[in-house]
Amino acid sequence: MKLEHRKDLLGIRDMSREELELILDTAVPMKDIIRRDVKKVPALRGKAMVTVFYENSTRTRTSFEIAGKYLSADTVNLAVSTSSVQKGESLRDTIKTIEVMGFDLMVIRHSMTGTPHYAARNTRMRVINAGDGTNEHPTQALLDMYSIREKKGTLEGLKVAIVGDILHSRVARSNIYGLSKFGCEVRVVGPSTLIPPEVEKLGVKSYYSLDQALDGVDVINVLRIQKERQQSGLFPSLDEYANLYMLSPDRLRRAKEDVLVLHPGPMNRGVEISSQLADGVQSIINEQVTNGVAVRMALLFLMMGGSRDEITN
Amino acid sequence: MKLLIKGGRVLDPANDIDGVMDILIKDNKIDEVKENIPEDGCTVIDASGKIVCPGFIDMHVHLREPGFEYKEDIASGTRAAAAGGFTTVCCMPNTDPVIDNAAIANFVKERAAKSGVVNVLPIGCITKQQAGSELSEMAELVAAGCVAVSDDGKPVKDAGIMRNAMEYAKMFDLPVLSHCEEHSLVLDGQMHEGYYSTLYGFKGIPAAAEELMVNREIILAELTGAHAHICHASTRGSMDLIRDAKARGIDVTCEVTPHHLLLTDEIVGSYDTDTKVNPPLRSEEHLSALLEGLQDGTVDCIATDHAPHHWESKDCEYNLASNGISGLETAAAVIMDGLVSKGLLDIELMVELFTVGPADVLGIDKGTLDIGADADITILDPKTTKVVDPAKFYSKGKNTPFKGRTLKGWPWMTIVNGKIVANEGRIVEE
Repeated sequence: MKLEHRKDLLGIRDMSREELELILDTAVPMKDIIRRDVKKVPALRGKAMVTVFYENSTRTRTSFEIAGKYLSADTVNLAVSTSSVQKGESLRDTIKTIEVMGFDLMVIRHSMTGTPHYAARNTRMRVINAGDGTNEHPTQALLDMYSIREKKGTLEGLKVAIVGDILHSRVARSNIYGLSKFGCEVRVVGPSTLIPPEVEKLGVKSYYSLDQALDGVDVINVLRIQKERQQSGLFPSLDEYANLYMLSPDRLRRAKEDVLVLHPGPMNRGVEISSQLADGVQSIINEQVTNGVAVRMALLFLMMGGSRDEITN
Repeated sequence: MKLLIKGGRVLDPANDIDGVMDILIKDNKIDEVKENIPEDGCTVIDASGKIVCPGFIDMHVHLREPGFEYKEDIASGTRAAAAGGFTTVCCMPNTDPVIDNAAIANFVKERAAKSGVVNVLPIGCITKQQAGSELSEMAELVAAGCVAVSDDGKPVKDAGIMRNAMEYAKMFDLPVLSHCEEHSLVLDGQMHEGYYSTLYGFKGIPAAAEELMVNREIILAELTGAHAHICHASTRGSMDLIRDAKARGIDVTCEVTPHHLLLTDEIVGSYDTDTKVNPPLRSEEHLSALLEGLQDGTVDCIATDHAPHHWESKDCEYNLASNGISGLETAAAVIMDGLVSKGLLDIELMVELFTVGPADVLGIDKGTLDIGADADITILDPKTTKVVDPAKFYSKGKNTPFKGRTLKGWPWMTIVNGKIVANEGRIVEE
């Protein structure tokens, strides 16, 4: 099985469980490559990809870039702040310009929902969504699912709590869509101003009380809280937020003993997560980053024509 | 020259006429409406199988001229109107310069007389420059032919100014048209707030943003005794507020658009910017409330809010795209297909909502087949089936979420002032 039938990867919402499983399964041997002394396979030799980030990113962009390089693809980063976008070039023109340089695949992050979808409609390049506005961040969900599955052996039947700013979080949306397809019980918890309307219709349970939400959970995914949300009047202060929702070792008591703690990064230590917990035994935050490279390798490999058999035999 | 429209089903709600009849047009006026008018010396139009109505009126369009001729001009916009079965349109004042004085109103009328093919009635601004601070010279606007005032997409924020505007407009029996939107609840919202905004990851615009201002306008209309008209009412709450206000005898009227009646927020998931409109496409429960409003008389008329845009302002990121739908050429067909043919709306009521409904809101002498009235006539063919193809639009604005849909029931002929201006959807040029 391949992913060749799929030109683009724009969101988890419209993917099947089989496709998600294929990516997760393919990421397993990819992770082995990262651990090797010589971290390079020729799988994507002759393929070219470009990362186009209209929003700041450290780990996602670097992760895509190194994933491509480990597979021998030529990877280029378009530095948006220094490009002709600053001279007022339209997105349509930018995409066309990149396309005619011969790239096979474009990774795009944009502050506005639906922009990767717009890009995908307007180019023959394959498009991967690396985060669009408040909509989706599919590769983050893939790496979260990979990380959970690796530790727990399965995703089936797990109770997963997502904590924080659900309203604005593309990580939350992609995780909800993905985990639900694997039969997880997904709970979202945060201040009432940061819970989206009618969220239960997505098949999740929503809570305002952190203690209730964490009762018996296997996994906690802690979201980054953005300081500008406080400035736009959505909650009174970071202190009050931390008092109500900061994850710390003593708040884990109601969770399962072997609970995993995830965070997509970058962390605000002392706001949404305590340092003690971030660096503690339950935390798999650093492994998530490694797994991010592995799932992105799998995705690039599958989308640019590779078959899983090629790397497992 | 005499024109005889023969054998069609004549529907004139204002005069309670519904039956197979002929209409004789003489000297550009309606001369006779009765059965079996002799053909002698007349140019005969065989309207058998068709529905013959008073000319349709769209009281809410954007013709963009002067200032935004790259989006639309009076020549193209009135041709779109005629092709869509409209004989009269009222154009909103958000041009450049805005219609806040007689000179610009006169310019629009002169351009319409010269390059237009349907009646154009301008709407003046409520406040100078639509800036929301000083009242525009309404007496002058009325004298220049403006039939209403509105600041349209820039609703008057200050309740005190709006109160004064209503008090002042009352002197001239001028309806005050309000696009109701409480900005602090909208900000950078992109679509209706609800399940689908959550699902698609967009910032939502709650129904309350509209309803708060509908409520304000009703309260101010009660205070001042003025006539407040709610533009493109789109929510269940707005319907409830307006229904209640009417029951209490307050002089409030409202319009709804074809797209708010037929399309839900679910289609925004295509991330197609043609679905972006203000007020946003609402959810199913609001659609059914609008339909109830049509049935029980809460809604006075259907208007398109025809908002043509240049393709570049729609071919971009969703958040950056302009709001609006190019609606003149699909309105009648959308209602015929989506509501009438499905038994959700009687054809008689549809015709009323496109004719005497808006005429009464504006207090203009149109929308009927009265003997002696200007011969503005719209003939519908309930059997024609066509695919909506924006490439064939007369409007410069190709932005429509109805593109590609197959619709049954289209305008067949449009007669303005005794002259055939559109035939089978195509403009008859002189």
